Amino acid sequence: MSAAEEVVAEGHEAVEAVPKRAMTLGTGTSLVVLAALLIAPAFVKNFIIFQMTMLLIYGLAVLALNILTGGSGQFSLGQSAFYAVGAYTTAVLMEHANINYALTIPISAAVCFGFGYLFGKPALRLSGVYLALATFALATAMPQLLKLNFLEHWTGGVQGLVVTKPDAPFGLPMSQDMWLYYFTLVVTIAIYIFSVNLLRSRSGRAFMAIRDNEIAASSMGVNVALYKTLAFGVSAGITGVAGSLGAIAVQFVAPDSYTITLAISLFLGMVVGGVGWLPGSFVGAAFIIFVPNMAESISKGLSGAVFGVLLFLVIYLVPHGARQAAILGQQLAGKLKKN
Amino acid sequence: MELFTNQVLAGIATGAIYACMALAVVMIYQAIDHLNFAQGEMAMFSTFISWQLMQWGVSYWAAFVITLAFSFVAGIAIERILFKPLAKAPVLTNVAGFIALFAIINSSAGLIWDFTIKQYPTPFGSSPFLGSQLISTHQAGMIGVTVLLLLGLYFFFQYTRIGLAMRAAASVPESARLVGINTSWMIALGWGMATAIGSIAGMLIAPVVFLEPNMMGGVLIYGFAAAVLGGLSSPFGAVVGGFLVGVFENLAGTYIPGVGNELKLPIALALIISVLVVKPAGLFGRHIVKRV
Repeated sequence: MSAAEEVVAEGHEAVEAVPKRAMTLGTGTSLVVLAALLIAPAFVKNFIIFQMTMLLIYGLAVLALNILTGGSGQFSLGQSAFYAVGAYTTAVLMEHANINYALTIPISAAVCFGFGYLFGKPALRLSGVYLALATFALATAMPQLLKLNFLEHWTGGVQGLVVTKPDAPFGLPMSQDMWLYYFTLVVTIAIYIFSVNLLRSRSGRAFMAIRDNEIAASSMGVNVALYKTLAFGVSAGITGVAGSLGAIAVQFVAPDSYTITLAISLFLGMVVGGVGWLPGSFVGAAFIIFVPNMAESISKGLSGAVFGVLLFLVIYLVPHGARQAAILGQQLAGKLKKN
Repeated sequence: MELFTNQVLAGIATGAIYACMALAVVMIYQAIDHLNFAQGEMAMFSTFISWQLMQWGVSYWAAFVITLAFSFVAGIAIERILFKPLAKAPVLTNVAGFIALFAIINSSAGLIWDFTIKQYPTPFGSSPFLGSQLISTHQAGMIGVTVLLLLGLYFFFQYTRIGLAMRAAASVPESARLVGINTSWMIALGWGMATAIGSIAGMLIAPVVFLEPNMMGGVLIYGFAAAVLGGLSSPFGAVVGGFLVGVFENLAGTYIPGVGNELKLPIALALIISVLVVKPAGLFGRHIVKRV
């Protein structure tokens, strides 16, 4: 039983009413969202710009998981490990080799792609809960591995590394936070367009064929092993980019920032956003960034419980996440137009 | 050699706890096809209930029985109230539900009993077992209780009507419904039993790891690992898996240089994954043949 198999098989009527291939927003909505993202920083404080940057970064990480789970039907609890590899690649390259921050991003994408591809190889034989356990093992091992003695010279051991925040180039009159926001936005849009095209391409259809029915896909001539590992590689690569950007934005990497808690957050983000719906990744990212803060402000001692209750509310109201909310909204708008 | 025997026996004793947790995990997995990530927190909460009862002057065994009954009812209530509405939702939504439950229980326990570490009594005493230096009476008691529990479950599922009905509901729900089994209540019953088994594991390990809201985190991971290693479709396999994981964890921590306590868990998990790559259904699991 692969994780996303049933998402498709058990769709409720409300969700079934729309084409399942719809993974993106319409062109009009996309442009409005884009315009809002471009203009917003001009009106808010630096701290909010920082939070918006983090939203994009986590959104990218959730998007990566979405490609893996929503696209190819493989379930991962180990995304925090790929995120850590990306963050450390950037930190080490910037601080030890003095490489420009923008250049470290493609490098860490390549490193993480390789890492994910190699991890995907043995994971080929595992599916469902077994794969979840394997990726979970990866996530628990990662902080410990980063603390190892012989890596300490590079990774800074338990203390971690401090990353310098880049200034805006070409003497642009922008604060560091604002420059980093626009930089992240450009990277995010590029990766988003890449992901949409990937899922619509031949490879993307192969992913989805594997997700829907692995055996049928292989009998149709899809190279299951290749595409499953490829999905792992691409997902890890994008997560690595998110990790790199995260390291630059937070200006600090340490082993304990990349524990299993991060992997679980990313997973929750995917579920809340809607599995397989790419724009949902950013809605999910907003949930995992803002809801814990909100829970904290409602009750300090019970913040975990408040968070849990809110999460339950979301999954009761919309078991298919933000995607379902978007579809319901669309149907409602359609009805209003008719009247 | 003495170190070796010592480590193996200690491994078997902690393995007994992993076996209990694994058993609880398998019970729910059989009933609803999901891994319950909140299993450990549920066990922790039950253990706190028994501790509270003892603080109020109830004797150990009375508290033990009351806690079992409480856990059983609470397990059923959680299924009826929280997870029955999610029965038709996607798998991953259910997993998110388990994580939410985890957060709720953990945070409430922290608020009620705070996060300080508490002593928890053992009913068996902590003197050496039968005069041998290798194992304490508490460890022997842990092994004994697990074996008893396993035998009890075996008879329940093999020889009682309701045990048979539960097995039927888990393996072929449609046919079970046709012969008049209320499958929905069988699932709730599975939750109740799993919660009760988990509470036994919690009460047995509390004297070793001490009582606090995060005590079950590590134990649950080993429990999952044990269940997956033994095969999620086999309660017997889960128990064997528990003992194997316990022993291996101790031996790896002692004999592999550079492992120590920090890397014990990753090494144990890596071993399990290596086993799974060779035998994807676990050591005792049935391999399910799929049709297009």
